[in-house]
Amino acid sequence: MILSRRKFLQRAGILGCSVAASPLLTQMSFAAMPSDNRLVVIILRGGMDGLDVVQPYGDPEFSKLRPNLKFGEKSGATDLDGFFSLNRGLSDLMPLWQKGELGFAHAVSTPYRDKRSHFDGQDLLEAGLGMDGIGQVNDGWLNRMLQVMPDVDARTGFAIGREEMLVLEGDMPVSNWSPDTHLSLSARTKRLLEMVYHDDALFNASVSEAFDLASALGKGMAENVDPKLLQQQLMASLKGGSHKRVAKFAANRLLADTRVAAFSINGWDTHDNQGKTLKSALTKLSDSILILKQELGEIWGKTAVLAVTEFGRTARENGTKGTDHGTGGAMVMAGGAISGGKVFGKWPGLKEADLYQNRDLAPAMDVRAYCASAMQDLFGIEQTMLEGAIFPGLDMAGVSRIIL
Amino acid sequence: MFNPETAAIRFGTGLSPNIAPPGSVSDILDRLSETDKMAARFPIDGFHIITKATSEIKRLNKLRRKEPDRSQELRKKVRKIKKKAKYWQLDWLQATIARGVYTDDAMRERLVLFWKDHFTAQGKQGVMKRAMSSYVEDVIRPNVTGKFADMLKAVTFHPMMLYYLDQVKSVGPNSVVAVKKPGRGLNENLAREVLELHTLGVDGAYTQNDVRELAKLFAGLTYERKGGFSYVANMAEPGAETVLGKSYGGNIQDLFHVTDFLDDLAVHPDTARHLAKKLVVHFVSDLPDPELVDHVTAAYLASGGDLMQSYRALLEHPAAWVMPATKVKPPIQFIISSIRALGVAEKTLMKSKPKEITNLVIAPMGLMGQLWENPIGPDGWPEDANHWISPQGLAARIQWAMSAPQQIRRDLPEPRSFVHTALGSRASQSLQVASARAESKSIGVGLILASPEFQRK
Repeated sequence: MILSRRKFLQRAGILGCSVAASPLLTQMSFAAMPSDNRLVVIILRGGMDGLDVVQPYGDPEFSKLRPNLKFGEKSGATDLDGFFSLNRGLSDLMPLWQKGELGFAHAVSTPYRDKRSHFDGQDLLEAGLGMDGIGQVNDGWLNRMLQVMPDVDARTGFAIGREEMLVLEGDMPVSNWSPDTHLSLSARTKRLLEMVYHDDALFNASVSEAFDLASALGKGMAENVDPKLLQQQLMASLKGGSHKRVAKFAANRLLADTRVAAFSINGWDTHDNQGKTLKSALTKLSDSILILKQELGEIWGKTAVLAVTEFGRTARENGTKGTDHGTGGAMVMAGGAISGGKVFGKWPGLKEADLYQNRDLAPAMDVRAYCASAMQDLFGIEQTMLEGAIFPGLDMAGVSRIIL
Repeated sequence: MFNPETAAIRFGTGLSPNIAPPGSVSDILDRLSETDKMAARFPIDGFHIITKATSEIKRLNKLRRKEPDRSQELRKKVRKIKKKAKYWQLDWLQATIARGVYTDDAMRERLVLFWKDHFTAQGKQGVMKRAMSSYVEDVIRPNVTGKFADMLKAVTFHPMMLYYLDQVKSVGPNSVVAVKKPGRGLNENLAREVLELHTLGVDGAYTQNDVRELAKLFAGLTYERKGGFSYVANMAEPGAETVLGKSYGGNIQDLFHVTDFLDDLAVHPDTARHLAKKLVVHFVSDLPDPELVDHVTAAYLASGGDLMQSYRALLEHPAAWVMPATKVKPPIQFIISSIRALGVAEKTLMKSKPKEITNLVIAPMGLMGQLWENPIGPDGWPEDANHWISPQGLAARIQWAMSAPQQIRRDLPEPRSFVHTALGSRASQSLQVASARAESKSIGVGLILASPEFQRK
């Protein structure tokens, strides 16, 4: 793990909350127009097997690589376009596919290669850097995008859940909250806490942000600490389905001031018994997308959801009805703003010679290019900015537009 | 240099009104060299209890298929065992807390948590999900003051790890089993994480090919419900494997090749550096002092991976004692050190009911970002102070500090004196003033426990 991926004073920057503090802005003028569009980025941690989610059942090599893992019709998958079929775990999303609100990009990867570590892979995915970025990870590409957008405040970017979301961290202040967290304190106790935290930059910045968020979200109004209420809140946090609460919370924020939201879904590391383990992760993804659609109502039409993972998995099944860490994989996109109903990308093929290192689906496109294309069309970010400050070293040539 | 408060807070489980902090570095090391008193005083069952439960469940399920009319009764029995296991996990958490609260050998408890995290292994379903503490009791706790190689081997061969990283079914592509049953083959998961997380580190000198070869060398390590850990030659890959430039194995497939490899791996210079850096990061700073890392690395290598020598090197170096404290206690340490500072009586703590442990420890720790014994991946919990002190993470700590102590100990101490009990000379002027001005005792105590001085170590 890379330690201290953020300098703590970056969070302390919240206090200043000044747009002039953004380092990218000192170099360039505003690149983008104000926009009413919404972008949701979901980080799929663990390495999603793109080949089992969007299954190339029309490629005759596929069944040779995976004699025991089920795919296509016999596995309950739905045909998408005569070549790819969609894993049954995402069946509930088929109406979106038919409406053009669901799409995929296949044979994509980050620039990360060869060591196939989850943790370096995720750092690079969220930092949006090339291979030379390993060990240099400080901030995320969504944060760097916010730095060049106009009319941005600390609620424009919102990371949801208890986990750190590096993809949204950086010099531009963003919000970070979990739907299960509450902070009920009297005004007097708040003042005393501020006094106690005054001289510690990290605690000071975090607590003022917590107070702001708790009152903005209506979770900080109590005059006294009510142990009974606290108990109920605690018990609610133990119940399952937390991914649903996260998605609902994200939608509520996007209906208010938030334009860019990020959260993660775990459980993609399917080394063993993939048929079952992958389905449960896909159900979470499917739930999250459907809740966003339902809760966003009309705003869904202005929304793009991009779900990305640190790497794909081996083209061949392994010896335990699963797959090991690989390279090329798939990206999931949804939303009313998406030009969906398509599987984007050039298919590299699955013959031995086509595979990356005779092992993995060969990446045909940098996954960052699709993200960049969406950012360009949703928020009017300039290509030079996308290929420079936001995704250093990225070449967007040849990438399809994925936004309507 | 050494001072007793820093020793207790940075290398132990915090200050206590009843237990004196260590008086010197050798004081800490001497206690570590003596017998493990807390293990006997607050026992945690070994993994055998889990094995027994899973076998019983298997037997009952088999019976259910044979005698469908007894299905309901048998299913009830299965559910009862699963519920019992849930209570074991809570009991073991209670014992973990009690060990930290009442010990005078507190660095041992910190080391157990450190290595538990280093060798993260979780059960994936049923009773196994409750089993992490029993695995730690079996293979980590007894080895924290020995040679790293011994811990590495014990962990790698333990059913928890074999299951967690999917080793149990992995077989060599040309093994007897794979030839008989096409479709069976390798699973790389354990091999990769042993190199990346447990020993060399991701920056270490290994390649994808080493991962693959090691997966072949590991093929054969498995677990059988009746006999426990076993090495099955029919699952092993014939021939030798070259890992990290050295050949292991040959004509005879034998566990000794695997232990030889792990012995070599344990004293690899990259392993030494990786472990030294992790120790320094865990105990001292998220931005480790390179000199201190070098010093611990050298001691590790010179002693052939002797952990006591490595801890000695860590503690004897002035850089380990620098102030101010920058690290933040992870939630479990925050809770243990709070209960220790509050001087909660052993009788009170040990009579907590399962529901109280859930409400006062498990649920709040989850909100603080540490779902007990359930980290997201095999890399365990983050170290970074910024990770823990996010707005919502800090909010959860504040809520706990303000509300839980009152439920754990009815007669809360007076904030004016508690600020010194909990923090000694670390209590700032503003904290002393603020806690004295609080509306109630519980808020005053809450301010002290939520303060940066108490949260940092």
